[in-house]
Amino acid sequence: MAFPSLAALLRPSQIFAVRGGVHPEPGKHLTAEAEVLDMPVPPLVRVPLQQHSGAMAEPLVRRDDIVLKGQLIGQARGAMSANIHAPTSGRVIAVGHFTAPHPSNLPIPTITIRSDGEDRWGPRLPRLRPEDANPDEIAAQIERAGIVGLGGAAFPAAVKLNQRRKYALDLLLLNGAECEPYLTCDDRLMREHAEGLVDGAGIMARALGVSRIVIAVEANKPEAIAALRRYKHALGIALSVAVVPTQYPMGSAKHLVLAVTGKETPARARTAELGVLVYNVGTAHAVHLAVRYGEPLISRILTVSGRAIARPANVRVLIGTPVADVIAFCGGLTAEPDRVLLGGPMMGLPIQNLRVPVVKGTCGILALSAAETRASAQMPCIRCGSCVQACPCGLTPFEMNARIHAGDLDGAVKVGLMDCIACGACAYACPSSIPLVQAFDHAKGKLAETQSRKHQQEETRRLAIARQAREAAMAEAKRQAMARRKAEMAARKATEPGAAVAELPPAQAAP
Amino acid sequence: MTLHITGAGPHTHTLFTVSRTMQAVIAALTPATGFALYQFGWPAIFLFLVTLLSAWLFEVASLWVARRPIAPFARDGSALLTGWLVAMTLPPYAPWWVGVLGSGIAIVIGKHLFGGLGQNLFNPAMVARAMLVIALPVQMTTWVVPPGLLNGPDLWQGLAITFAGAQEYDAISSASTLSQIQSQLGAGASMAEIAPTLPDLRARLIGLMPGSLGETSTLLILLGGLGLMAMRIISPVIPLSVLGALAVLSGISAALAPGRFAPPMLHLTSGSVMLCAFFIATDYVTSPVTAAGKMVYGIGIGALIFVIRSFGAFPEGVAFAVLLMNACTPLIETYVRPRIFGRTRSGKPLPAPGSPPRGKP
Ligand code: SF4
Ligand code: SF4
Repeated sequence: MAFPSLAALLRPSQIFAVRGGVHPEPGKHLTAEAEVLDMPVPPLVRVPLQQHSGAMAEPLVRRDDIVLKGQLIGQARGAMSANIHAPTSGRVIAVGHFTAPHPSNLPIPTITIRSDGEDRWGPRLPRLRPEDANPDEIAAQIERAGIVGLGGAAFPAAVKLNQRRKYALDLLLLNGAECEPYLTCDDRLMREHAEGLVDGAGIMARALGVSRIVIAVEANKPEAIAALRRYKHALGIALSVAVVPTQYPMGSAKHLVLAVTGKETPARARTAELGVLVYNVGTAHAVHLAVRYGEPLISRILTVSGRAIARPANVRVLIGTPVADVIAFCGGLTAEPDRVLLGGPMMGLPIQNLRVPVVKGTCGILALSAAETRASAQMPCIRCGSCVQACPCGLTPFEMNARIHAGDLDGAVKVGLMDCIACGACAYACPSSIPLVQAFDHAKGKLAETQSRKHQQEETRRLAIARQAREAAMAEAKRQAMARRKAEMAARKATEPGAAVAELPPAQAAP
Repeated sequence: MTLHITGAGPHTHTLFTVSRTMQAVIAALTPATGFALYQFGWPAIFLFLVTLLSAWLFEVASLWVARRPIAPFARDGSALLTGWLVAMTLPPYAPWWVGVLGSGIAIVIGKHLFGGLGQNLFNPAMVARAMLVIALPVQMTTWVVPPGLLNGPDLWQGLAITFAGAQEYDAISSASTLSQIQSQLGAGASMAEIAPTLPDLRARLIGLMPGSLGETSTLLILLGGLGLMAMRIISPVIPLSVLGALAVLSGISAALAPGRFAPPMLHLTSGSVMLCAFFIATDYVTSPVTAAGKMVYGIGIGALIFVIRSFGAFPEGVAFAVLLMNACTPLIETYVRPRIFGRTRSGKPLPAPGSPPRGKP
């Protein structure tokens, strides 16, 4: 049982209350003291071309190509995409499809590399001295390195950086809350790599042109807080640490901004409109590596934990390493797990196939025993209100759920379905074990589908109307042109005889 | 290896399932119940057991008739809790069939006719209580002074009282505090004259006065309620607003017309107000879910209790007050909603403060 932090009580001026939230069993003790281990290069890596939100990257290699570590093998496509690099040296043995690290189990385009075991670096990216570089150069470097948000959402970091052009930003907020239970990889990163992380923060702050950096850390990580508090500046930009209460979902960007600045992001808006940009601490460290050392994003730290794992640990693994290999590195499974998840227990995704690869957004691999998932039979809603109390967004989950089950999607939207961030606090707190988030996901999917269908229909209709209008306009223009020409000719004819009259001086013309 | 497929998270859950919640509420009721059973002796114990057992049987029967799965619901403890609450509102020496009737009304009419767990509009125990008070005015208002388990009727006399309607054990029958006040006020006496004839504050707090099982020990009920709050099973909003509204209204009227109205302390420590505030009004199913809604609801109940007690035909108004506010719950929920993150109370997005987009003044 986690108690709200005392630290928050002692400094009320710094902390703005966030409504709702839950305090799930932290489970962090399993790995909090486990120093990050480097996992050896696996025999096979599978690198999906879609590891980020946005468009899939375009493969640059073919079967039997020899690749070097850090070589660009997937080219970002379009404005919203990210580069993909070879995590190790070896031979490409397939450019095809492989099961996605996602509960859908759908195959997605994936490059499979058999490593040669030498882990030979190819040419790295050109290094950059951030002190001398201008914001565009830094952004370009981040884009080249294929960096995406490492907190889980995997939003391309450079694309987010571009918001500097649109909004007047004044604060870079680094998210070190790590509010998901079990996960300690950010905690370890902050403890072990505080310097690089702070440097990365400085580089990003420079690119954004902000005047302040705040790193927000939940109060349950005193060592990380102490490690970061040693830094007051990053690249000359003022830096401070904000201790936020231990409460799920403190790591939601908008809620973190509220807790740290006291400003509430309007619905449907971005935090950038308040002048704040939020990045995960891991992302900052990746930026540091990319800019200072020219290393693209080809590995990440993740937490391997849960009671079904023999030796829970924090591990630095290459992107593309199969989940099964990572579990084996941690001693394998001790018991049949109830569920294997990618990510934390609150928002993580269950997987069935353990051969799926680790991707850039994978912050943890959890093998949870039945005692940890506490799955119990679903009961009817007893209107206890636990979900309402737990919701950080002020929604009424039981009501949305009832409306969705009654087929009234519009009704669910009316009571706020679209403001739901799918954090799962409601379903965690529900004594009847109602799969609320599942219902919301389903409804959102349905709505998106009808939306796109409607959009498509409208688009077709709009195009048809536009074409008609265009044709009508052309016909009209032709007709008018003809009419004009006719009128001109008529006018010329009419004016020619009268021209002589008109040329007469008025005095003469008068009788 | 096969893993079972579950899409969306979360993949862990709170320990407080429905049955655990019900168990906690029952545990919180246990001290007060135990003491009251001890006070009233064997007949009360028999009536209590009969009521609980019949509630559970009615639950199973209703589930069977409705063709719903029996096992999970029969074990969730909610029927037991309903039966328990019904038993706590009965006169302890009432015959067995009153208990059975009460459970039957609560479970079948109050709960399953509405669709079972979570669907009922009205609090089942209060539906039973209200119907019984109207249908059986004699049985429902025959109170005895608690004799104590050892001094009261013995086991056999107890069986006779509960199951054979025996009258030979002459319990000192007596009116409850509230009916005493009402009848004497009605007869023209003033509060100052009535007060000395009532059980004193100590008796009312500990539970040494006539009344139903749940109306006697104010202190133990309060304790159980505080326990529930500590476990975060109930929020303090409803109890505080029920008790607060009752205290404020009775305080004001007692100050204005001391002869005509009972003082707040008397209101708070007599009848089933405590039971109502902590265990009945807080019933999840029939109360609003939001904090603000709970406040409106609680204040409504407190105010109605005061009005019914002071001006109504019945000496006790808890059941009717709760039922009336139950009926208002959907309305309250429609109008009292939490504010959505990033939106104003009316649902519009908050105005974007501070930093305007670049390029605009
Ligand atoms: S927490 Fe579950 S049972 Fe309680 S009101 Fe919400 S949906 Fe219903
Ligand atoms: S999942 Fe949605 S409804 Fe549930 S608590 Fe989170 S924001 Fe609220």
